[in-house]
Amino acid sequence: MVAQNIFFFAIAAVIVYSGLRVVTSANVVHAALHLVVVLASVAAQYVLLAAEFVAATQVLVYIGAIIVLFLFGIMLTRAKLGRDQDLTHKHWMGGAATALALFAVMVYALIDEFGWTRTPLPADPRIASVNGSNTATVSDAVFSTYLVPFEVVSVLLLAALVGAIVLARKD
Amino acid sequence: MDDLLLNQFLLLGAVLFCIGVYGVIARRNAVLVLMSIELILNAVTINLVAFGAFHGSVAGSVFALFVIAIAAAEVGVGLAIVLLIYRNRGSVDLDDMAEMKG
Repeated sequence: MVAQNIFFFAIAAVIVYSGLRVVTSANVVHAALHLVVVLASVAAQYVLLAAEFVAATQVLVYIGAIIVLFLFGIMLTRAKLGRDQDLTHKHWMGGAATALALFAVMVYALIDEFGWTRTPLPADPRIASVNGSNTATVSDAVFSTYLVPFEVVSVLLLAALVGAIVLARKD
Repeated sequence: MDDLLLNQFLLLGAVLFCIGVYGVIARRNAVLVLMSIELILNAVTINLVAFGAFHGSVAGSVFALFVIAIAAAEVGVGLAIVLLIYRNRGSVDLDDMAEMKG
């Protein structure tokens, strides 16, 4: 068992525990703070997959911006800050059954298709990317091959910004 | 060093996805449903980055970045809608919103 595997399973355990706390916690603010742990651990998995630019973006955008939006949303909708028993449906068993059935299907499909396929990870990140770092390769791809999707995403962000302001402002 | 399986990342994504699906179905507070959607989007991003590493291609990382950007837009608009609902009705309980029921 290599070091990367040990780290993978440690981080994966944190992700699963905190993810479950996000969907079961009786306190809205605790759920948001557990979401921070999930997002940071997912960023750690990206580092394990040698995608350090995605990891940095995850920390900046998700933990830096989206969580703050969530906390503002919690504050502005005046959710109870203490424990609240009303956060989960009475019929949560149906949701659990749906999720478990979905999980069973996905596990079957994944094991059947990919079995013991290995991920060819770079032994040394400095050797792995011949054309400089992974970040340089990603930026080259974004500004050449994927230039049109990139521009579309920027227009989408502008539209979302305008839409959010129009929706949320008081007339 | 070459010992990570593709499947361990995909299965982690599957677990996270199912946790998110459970949250979307079982939660009553609209903000918590949006948080569960973030879990689902993160599961998708893990899969994209894992397949990118598997194929030795940068496309996985690029589309992961697009997913993160779209998630930011989605949360912005989603929370604006939740705020509007709260302002009009004084509650973000999803069980109270049944106007479309026939």
